[in-house]
Amino acid sequence: MEIDNFWVYFAARPLFWIVVTLIAFLVATWLNRKAGGTALLHPVFVAMALIISLLLLTGTDYDTYFEGAQFIHFLLGPATVALAIPLYDHMARIRKLLLPVLLSCLVGSVTAAVTALGIGLVLGGPDRLLLSLAPKSVTSPIAIGISEQIGGYPSLSAGLALLTGIIGCLLAPLVFRVLRVESQTAKGFALGLAAHGFGTAYAMQISSIAGAFAGLAMGLTGVVSSLLIPLIVRILGL
Amino acid sequence: MIQGMLILLLCQLLGEWLMVFLGAPIPGPVAGMLILWLGLLVYGKVPDTLRLPAEGLIRHLSLLFIPAGVGLMVFAELLAAHWLVVLSSLLGSTLITLVLTVWMMQRMETYKARRRGEHGDR
Repeated sequence: MEIDNFWVYFAARPLFWIVVTLIAFLVATWLNRKAGGTALLHPVFVAMALIISLLLLTGTDYDTYFEGAQFIHFLLGPATVALAIPLYDHMARIRKLLLPVLLSCLVGSVTAAVTALGIGLVLGGPDRLLLSLAPKSVTSPIAIGISEQIGGYPSLSAGLALLTGIIGCLLAPLVFRVLRVESQTAKGFALGLAAHGFGTAYAMQISSIAGAFAGLAMGLTGVVSSLLIPLIVRILGL
Repeated sequence: MIQGMLILLLCQLLGEWLMVFLGAPIPGPVAGMLILWLGLLVYGKVPDTLRLPAEGLIRHLSLLFIPAGVGLMVFAELLAAHWLVVLSSLLGSTLITLVLTVWMMQRMETYKARRRGEHGDR
């Protein structure tokens, strides 16, 4: 009984869940390094698993967790704005490739949404689940907005976008090797388009120019998708 | 550092306001990114006070996704019932998108480079 009270006292404090999130991330990063940096044990994925296990073990609901974690979540906003800096740093290169960038973005964004919905439709599933899948290649804050607009579950879309990010980092090295991709800009761009923030973080590790193109792709895909996905959904009759 | 953080937040706030005002479906942070980018183009360089917090945030971008990711636990039942659809859709779609985008981008890049090369020869 006393232990229970003790627990409630701490859980009520948002600080506790911030600390838990940071420790889970550090442990996950350490584990990932021990495992040779494999994308299968992506630090975010491992940290999520650790935190969810802890919440289930202690019978804490997500809202309580988010009371603390929202302070970390909040930083996504300024971090997204900050992507303007690599974009600016590599402006000369981007200007040279403006047409390829715009064309690839248009085709890529439509492909991402149509194939996600198409596979879902073929295999079957509840409409709201399929709708939540549509913005899966869009960065979480934008995916939430799109999902809301087309009638999906916003928070599910955010989570699915995250899973997509991890899957993208997993598949990308394979795809690049099989297709023998040399171009840093193409690698970065594809990563940012298909796997948004995760892809961008991954591309930053390849090189700063890859990171800049990933950030560009992520931003453009977000803008293009928020305009096109509602249209695509209407055309598919969902 | 503090001025830099303030610039980032101001751009986001401006972005939020602008999108509400225009009724556009683009989220505030993305609009803020575009605003800051335009601002940098006008100003002509990145002030050190901005570069410091910006690069710190970008370096640890993946940490910031964890709180939203944990939210998947709310949908555990739905996901357990339809995990095959969800996984196939995510895997298949991401693979197709990656292949198509990287292929298109590289093709167009080599095409442009070759054309530029021909011009240089003349």
